[in-house]
Amino acid sequence: MIEPLLIDPELGSRIQFGGTLSVHIVFAALSVGLAPYIVYFTYKEISTGREKYERLRSFWTKIFAIGFVMGTATGIPMSFQFGTNFPVFAESAGELIGGPLAFESTMAFFLEAVFLGVLLFGRERVSDRVYVLSSVLVMVGAWLSALWILIVNSWMQTPQGYELIEENGVTGLVLTDPIAAYFTPRLFWMYVHMQNAAVISVTLFVAGVAAYFVWTNPDSEPWRGTLKLSVGVLAITSIFQVIHGDMYTRHVVQTQPMKFAAMEALYETKEGAPLHLLAFPRNLADITDPRAEELFTVSIPYLASFLAEADPTGVVYGLEEFDVQNPPVAYVFWSFRTMVFLGFWFIALGLWGVYRMRKGTLFERGRFLKALMASIPLGFVATIVGWYVTEIGRQPWIIQDVQLTSEGVSQTLTSTQVTISLSAFAVAYAILVVIFLVVVRWIVDDELDRVQTDGLERAERERAADRASGSPEEV
Amino acid sequence: MQGAHAFVTAVLGTDSPASFGPVVPVDEYLIPGLPEFWFGVLLFTLGMYVFLDGFDFGIGMLYATREDEEERELLLAAFGPVWDANEVWLVAFGTVLLAAFPPVYAALLSEHYLLIFAVVFALILRGVTPELREQRDDPEWKRACGRGFVVGSFLSPLFIGTLAGSWVFGTGTLGLPSVLTGVAIVFLSISAGAAYLGMKTTGDLREEMATYGLYASVGYLVTVVLLLAVVFVTDPLGVRGTLLSAPVVAVVVATVVLLAIGAVAAARDATTGWFVATGGVAAALVVLVALFLYPTLYPATGTTVREAVISPLALNVLTVVVVPVLVLVLLYFRYLYSVFSGPVEVGEGYGSSE
Repeated sequence: MIEPLLIDPELGSRIQFGGTLSVHIVFAALSVGLAPYIVYFTYKEISTGREKYERLRSFWTKIFAIGFVMGTATGIPMSFQFGTNFPVFAESAGELIGGPLAFESTMAFFLEAVFLGVLLFGRERVSDRVYVLSSVLVMVGAWLSALWILIVNSWMQTPQGYELIEENGVTGLVLTDPIAAYFTPRLFWMYVHMQNAAVISVTLFVAGVAAYFVWTNPDSEPWRGTLKLSVGVLAITSIFQVIHGDMYTRHVVQTQPMKFAAMEALYETKEGAPLHLLAFPRNLADITDPRAEELFTVSIPYLASFLAEADPTGVVYGLEEFDVQNPPVAYVFWSFRTMVFLGFWFIALGLWGVYRMRKGTLFERGRFLKALMASIPLGFVATIVGWYVTEIGRQPWIIQDVQLTSEGVSQTLTSTQVTISLSAFAVAYAILVVIFLVVVRWIVDDELDRVQTDGLERAERERAADRASGSPEEV
Repeated sequence: MQGAHAFVTAVLGTDSPASFGPVVPVDEYLIPGLPEFWFGVLLFTLGMYVFLDGFDFGIGMLYATREDEEERELLLAAFGPVWDANEVWLVAFGTVLLAAFPPVYAALLSEHYLLIFAVVFALILRGVTPELREQRDDPEWKRACGRGFVVGSFLSPLFIGTLAGSWVFGTGTLGLPSVLTGVAIVFLSISAGAAYLGMKTTGDLREEMATYGLYASVGYLVTVVLLLAVVFVTDPLGVRGTLLSAPVVAVVVATVVLLAIGAVAAARDATTGWFVATGGVAAALVVLVALFLYPTLYPATGTTVREAVISPLALNVLTVVVVPVLVLVLLYFRYLYSVFSGPVEVGEGYGSSE
């Protein structure tokens, strides 16, 4: 069994792209989701002049900065993999995907990088107004960056605005309508879903960290405020995500019926198909080859049909309708279920928090704070598996109904090359993730010292305020 | 739900997955010579990268010459606010190559598979280590990160230069011209780093930087002359004629003059002039690359600029969007450098607001 040591070039390329994306997306989501918090804390710091906002701004900016460096480090390889691993795709679809990627680097990435420099180093060198503006521009950069990237991706899901041409036996795509090509039917759904996912992921991170500090010192004023803020944001964004996701699914049914069939592990076309909320394998083989009928499921009858056709008895196409060998159903099916399950857990957490806030027990040590701390990574997990649904669900197509992944991959790549690069990536990215976690731990530890002394300072301030017949604290 | 869906459909157009848009009959460029203009834009982004991130690499290598902790901090503080932004020029170069000349992007990257990833890993090492170094006050940790920083700062320009050499001379990764190009870029980076540090430091440190800058300039000149001699003798892709052409000779002369101006400015403590002269050397290099490439863009296969360029409509769209944006980028780059102009002081650096 020497063979398995070297991986097939196409499979290796896909694992490499998917693997690097899985790591990069965490840092990308961190940038997108944390940026609004940075803007908020920076604005509050400047407008109120209060020390607690400076502390929060400084704390989260440090995490943002290290996340941005990691995001750049893990993102540059991604932009090159179109050329190294999928050159046929890059060449044939170059003028459709290249434009948006060039727009991303020139109008968004530069903006984020330049004003992050000002945000990190310029506190003493620029005016207050420019400082707040810098935080806003960093956010604009991050959000615009995601927009152009998703323009590329949504085009790969629902391509339009192009014409197929053939020259010397090579098929190429020519841009015919830029507006149609950039603003595809999928874009709106994908952008809202992804940006909100990023906000939810970071909100869970913020809430978990705040819970940790509040657990350590329930009197820590900056973190009490942060906990309240993040729980409120979580409740709203997580509920919105499920409603929006539900509508998004309907759009997927109409535009990529094969992906929906894989999401539901539906092999045979069915009238009045149920939607499986939860599914468990009866035996281990069902994990790698799920067929909805053979699983133990908690389902809502007719809902899949209703989603697909707005008619409970509507027809939902099964995988048998599509000319595809061995569709990767298992990854799509279980990823989708994981994402949905986590989505409902986030709603539960948000509502639980709001309930405790109303009862006035939000800051008490208890199961809720523990649940928040335990949920820190879960938003990112949901984001990653969400991408698996999107990307693996499109297989075997690299551009839906236009180009197969097997056609887009490098024809000159050898097993040896891809095995070397894949191994190197696995090691390097694992190191980067560990280092990132360690550094975040250090930043948290630094703050922990301050949190532990918060109570003393607060008591001192209250005494001073009493003397000056002070006003009550606000959050 | 239904209402929102209808609204989105109305705003964004049809729901059908592959509705082909009308074929817009554009068979003319916005301006004549637009493909050549984009060849220029491509080399401009390359030049910005080679010079700006080049001085970051140079600082990384010069870091190895510093023993004193305070001086090391000073070096890092000098490039801290700008290096992230500098590095984006590489991504801009990559995406402009993909957007305007996809066949060359595909060929260049797929044919240098392992070298591309060597560049990437060197860049990762160079990128994360200075940031990590600041995260913990532990001499052991700082030393480890410092080592990674030096190694990454050396390997990045070496590999990038090797890639560029293989692209321009078509001699493969391990060909002598490719490797010599890599070495030349290393020297150019050191001289740019020394010039930048000349503006950012004072006293003895600045004088020492002037010395290192001079050595690196001589090293660069010698390597380039050697490179051109090797190319002349081995004559890969039949460029001997190009070598003796007036423009190439003029650029080589200009390089020598600019290096001399830089050395004189450094000796006279005219640090801005020194820095600008070094920028001129980088610009001359890019012009040299352009002279060797044009009219081809990928000499190994003989693909010309006109053959590799995207369709007129796509190129027009690219022009209309990217050119104004790049002008704006240059404006706020200027702003960034003006905010952080002048020598850095001890204690100024990462997390300085603490």
